[in-house]
Order: sequence, then structure tokens, then C-alpha cells
Amino acid sequence: MKRVFLLLTATAALLLSACSDETTHSRGVYMLLDTSGTYTKELDKAQQIINFVLAKLQPGDSFAVARIKTGSFSEKDIIARVTFDGQPSRANLQKRQFREEIDKFVANVKPSAYTDITGGLLQAVEYLDEKNPGRKTVLIFSDMKEELAAGYVREAIPLQMQGFEVVALNVSKLRSDNIDPREYTDRLAYWRQRVEAGGGSWRVLNDLERLEALFID
Amino acid sequence: MSFADIFLLIPASPLLSGLIWLVVAVGLLYLARPAAHLAIAAASRLLHHACKLAARSVMLAEQRLKQRNNEVLLAAGREAAERIIEREFERIDASVRRDLAEYPALQRQMSEAITRLEQDYHDSSEVPPEPPAWAKVVDAVAKIAPREPVVGEILQDIHDSMVRAQRAAIEQYRNDNSKRHRILSRMMPLWRRVAQVLGEMDKRVNRLLERSTAIDRHMASYEDILNRSPRAERMLSSSSLTQFFIAGFVLTIAIGGAVINFHLIARPMQEMVGGSSYIMGYKAANIAALVIILVEVAMGLFLMESLRITRLFPVIAALDDRLRVRMIWVAFAFLLALASIESGLAFMREKLSQDDASLVASLVGQGEAGAVAANLWITTAAQMGMGFILPFALVFVAIPLESFIHSSRTVLGLLAQGLLQLLAFLLRLTGNVFRHGGNMLIRLYDLLIFLPLWLEERLRARGKPAAEMAVTDDAVATEGRS
Repeated sequence: MKRVFLLLTATAALLLSACSDETTHSRGVYMLLDTSGTYTKELDKAQQIINFVLAKLQPGDSFAVARIKTGSFSEKDIIARVTFDGQPSRANLQKRQFREEIDKFVANVKPSAYTDITGGLLQAVEYLDEKNPGRKTVLIFSDMKEELAAGYVREAIPLQMQGFEVVALNVSKLRSDNIDPREYTDRLAYWRQRVEAGGGSWRVLNDLERLEALFID
Repeated sequence: MSFADIFLLIPASPLLSGLIWLVVAVGLLYLARPAAHLAIAAASRLLHHACKLAARSVMLAEQRLKQRNNEVLLAAGREAAERIIEREFERIDASVRRDLAEYPALQRQMSEAITRLEQDYHDSSEVPPEPPAWAKVVDAVAKIAPREPVVGEILQDIHDSMVRAQRAAIEQYRNDNSKRHRILSRMMPLWRRVAQVLGEMDKRVNRLLERSTAIDRHMASYEDILNRSPRAERMLSSSSLTQFFIAGFVLTIAIGGAVINFHLIARPMQEMVGGSSYIMGYKAANIAALVIILVEVAMGLFLMESLRITRLFPVIAALDDRLRVRMIWVAFAFLLALASIESGLAFMREKLSQDDASLVASLVGQGEAGAVAANLWITTAAQMGMGFILPFALVFVAIPLESFIHSSRTVLGLLAQGLLQLLAFLLRLTGNVFRHGGNMLIRLYDLLIFLPLWLEERLRARGKPAAEMAVTDDAVATEGRS
């Protein structure tokens, strides 16, 4: 009798574990913050976006915020990272801690000389692939102008972005863009081409009033 | 070789080629006319008969289904009538036990009251005053010596004694009368008591008579059902449909209650089973909340079954009374525990909502305290109350559910009957379409080859007068010879 009971319990547990899946319904968001030059002045907007994302993410989701600086392909550039607990109350606590970490960073941030967007994207892909959530989103808060220091190789590296959704946020126009707007459109087209060539999807969201669009499935 | 190559017999003129083909085709059709007519007629007859046969089979199935539905309907009606009659007998039994069990006591009270009345009656009877004995003495003394002064004194003494005795007698008489009046006045409540007891008995007997009238009525309908009368069938069918719609309506309300209940506990269940785990594509917390509600409904069913209010599970109805009572308590204890858990979850839901609101407020820059609303305890208490009450409210789902299940058998049967009738009609219609379609095809066939047919008719008409003339000549020759 005891054996039968054990067998039944084991079968039920096996069935439940087979049916239960957490990753396919979870979402992973990796946000890149451009800290080069004068773009640091825009970081209060980035804070708003981070808070919005925090409010929208659910238990089980993952979120990381990293900075883009001279060389961004490094774990050290990740400012804060979290995978929210299954219990909503603990997840809320984690969100509060996350926000505090971001506030501290924004208060003490120093501008960097160069902008390694490709390195940041590679790091984002690595992080999200490791977490393997159901939906992978990379948010890039930048003017999308890549400036690499001498010796950094990025141009020839293809991006592997199958299943990734890349959203460029608050892509501000530079002074040179005002002189020749084609620079702006060419820049965006370049990044679109790179992301889509890697198998990912590309979007631009400049109107921060429409952040809800980030979470529409 | 393409179709165009075959078609264009004269490459220079497609029209001429077409005409040649048409003539060939019409000629072939004309030659094949008798066989084609026979084939079309046979095919249409075959299809017509097949459809007719199928329609008849469907109608037979419909008849069988109707019979079966009637049997089920009557069986259900018989069972319901038996239950009602059984319940009425139980009531009569209870009434007899309650009312007639007191009958000996009432009878004793009545006897006591009557005995006391009798006693009082005897006590109040008037005793006639005794006649004065002094008259004969006075007469005798007066005869001894009428002129003696001593006699006068004796008579005077006798007179005085008589006056005194009369006074005493009058006093005694008055006292006795007063006592009798007191006894009579004491009899009044006893009479009232007797009248009250008789009235009470009358009421009880009338109640029993009313119950017996109701039983007579139920027995009459029960006999109707047993006799399978059309009236009983009609009544049961109509009652079943009414039950189906009413039970469906109440079940819809109950489902609404269950949905509210679900929303009360789904959010806090995430704290218990985690908000990120899924089972077969559905959130585990939602499934857990649903399971809790379904368990409550199941407990409600068992409770109602054990109380013998519903009869969905014959096993429970057939249980020993002691075991059944235990089951009632067990089901009630489970329900109470689940209701308490739900109440706690509803409280937790409010706390979590507050925490969420506080977090969102802090994220949008309003500060943690900005989201805490005043008089929050009212919603918390309301949610807790609902969480506690709804499981008990769901218990009563068992009653409409039973009605729905029982009546749906009849309704589904009627629907199936209707569908079969429709199918039979369609089959008959198709059969007729085939029959008349065959005739129409034959006419269309003749229409296609109208030219050779017309020629044939003309030739036949021309050949007919010649033949008739030959026959006439033969007749004339015969007459001449004769």
C-alpha cells in the first residue's frame, strides 16, 4: 500500500513538474544606459523608464541595467540585476532595492569618453541567453552614435539576436543631425540592419508618454 | 496533342469545327436517348428510395428516442412524486407524533376538568331547609291548659327559640348560597380550559385533514404518472423545461459568485504557490484558487447529499444514519476551514494591493505614503466577509445543479428529437428533389437533342398519312372483291 502511495505521489509530482514551466512565460529585460558626454543629463528620463519597467515586471521576470561607456562588454558595467522572486511581496521588496541602486548610480555617475553600444548589446545577449526567459527585450537609452576608443574591435562582430526585441529609447538628435538629418536616419537604419541581420526585431520609441507600448504583446 | 488540336477539326474555322462537334454530340445523344432516359430514371429512383429509407430509419430512431425520453421523464416524475409523497408522509408522521402523542395528556386534562366540574356541580346543589319541628310542640302545649300563665310563658320561650332558630337558618342558608356562587365562579375557567383544549384538538385534526388532502392530490398525479397518461407527460415535460431554465439562471448567478470568489483569492494564492509558475500554460496560482473553489462546491454537494436535500449520489443517501451525520459534520468542518482560509486570503489580498499601490506610487514619485487611502478597513472587512460567506453560499449550488442535471436529460432528449425530425425532413426533401430532378434531367436531355427529335416527329407525321392511305386502298380493294 505504501509503495503504491509512493508511486502515485512520484507520478503526480513528475506530471506536475513536466507541465510546470516558468521560463516560457517570464520576461527578461536588459537596459543599456548611455553615459557618454552630455547624455548623462538625460539620465532622469532613464530613471523614469526604469521605474516604469519595474512597475510592469511580474514575479519570475529578470531585469538588468547596464551602462554604455568606453568598453561595455563586461559584467562590471551591469549596475543592477535581479530575477524577481515568485512571491509578489518579495518581488516588491526586490524592486524597491533595485530602484535604490539605480538612484545611487544616477547620483554619482561620471560621463565616459566613448560609447561602445555593440559591446553593451553583446553583453545583453549573453545575460539574457543565460537567463533564458520567454521574451527577451533589450532597451537602449542612447543617441545611438557609437564612438569606439582606439583598438576596440566591434564592427566585424555579427550580433546573434534570434528572439530578441531591441527598442531604442529617447534617441536624441545631435547637433550634426540638425545640419544633415540624413545622419540621424542613416544611424537608425544602420542599427536596424545590424539587429535584424542578427535575427532580432527593432523598434524606436522616442515618445516616453507611450511607454505602455513596450509591454504590449 | 492539346485539346485545341483535337477540337479544331478545321483549323481555319473554329466556328465550323464547333458546329461539327455539336452535330456529332447531338447525334450521339439522340442515339443514346432511350438508354440515357432509363439510366437517369433508374438513378433518380435509386436516390429517392435511398433517401426515403434513410428518412424512415431516422423517424424510427426518433420514435425510439421519444419513447425512451418519455420513459426517462416518467421515471423522473415518478421518483419526484414519490419523494414528495414520502415527505408528506414524514410530515404527517411528525404531526401525528407531535400532536397525538399529547392526546393522552389532553384526555387526562379533560377528564380531570370534567371530574372537577362534576364535583363542583354536586357541591353547588341546593339543600332544602328543614321544616321547623316546634309547630307540633306548640300545638301540644296549647292543648294542655290554654288559660294557664305558665303555658303562656312556655309558648313565649318557644316563640323566642323559634325566632332564633329561624335567624340561624337564614344565616346558614345565605352562607351556603354564597359558597355555591363561589364554586360556580370557580367552574368558569375550567369550562374555558375545556373549550380551549377542544379547539386545539380541532385545529390539529384539521391540519391532518389538510395534509391528507395534499397527499390525495399528489397520489392522483402519481397515479397519472403510473398510468402514463398524456396529461402527466405534458405536465412533466413542461415542468422539466421550466426547471431547466430556472436552474440554468440560478447556476449562472452562482458562477458569478464563484468568479468573484476566484478574484478574491487568486492574487494572494501567488504568495503561497508562487506567481511565476505555470501548469499547462495557466498560472499555478489561478489553478490553485480554482481548485479551492471547486473543493468548496464539492463539499457543499456532499453536505447537501448528507442532509438528504439533494440525491445526486445514491451511495451517500443509502448510508447508515450515524455515518451520514458524521459526514455532515466532516463536510461542514471542511467548509468552515476553507471559508476561514478564504477570509484570511482576502485580508492578505488587501495588504498586497496596498503594498503594490505603495510601490507604484513610490516609482512614479508620489512617495510611499501617497497611496494609502483612508477608511481602508471598510474594504478589508468587506472582502474578508465575502471571503467567509461565499463558500457557504456556494453550498446551495447543489440544489439548482441537481435540477439542472435532471432536467437537462429531458431537454437534451427533446433537442435530439427535434434534430432527428429535421434530419428526416431534409432526407425526405432530398429524396423528392432527386425524383423530380430525374424527370427534369430527362426533359433537359430531350431539350438538347430537340432538333433530331423534331425531325423524327416530322418524319413520323409524314409517314403516317401514307400508311393510312395504303390501308384505305387495301380496304377498298377488299370491298370490290367482295
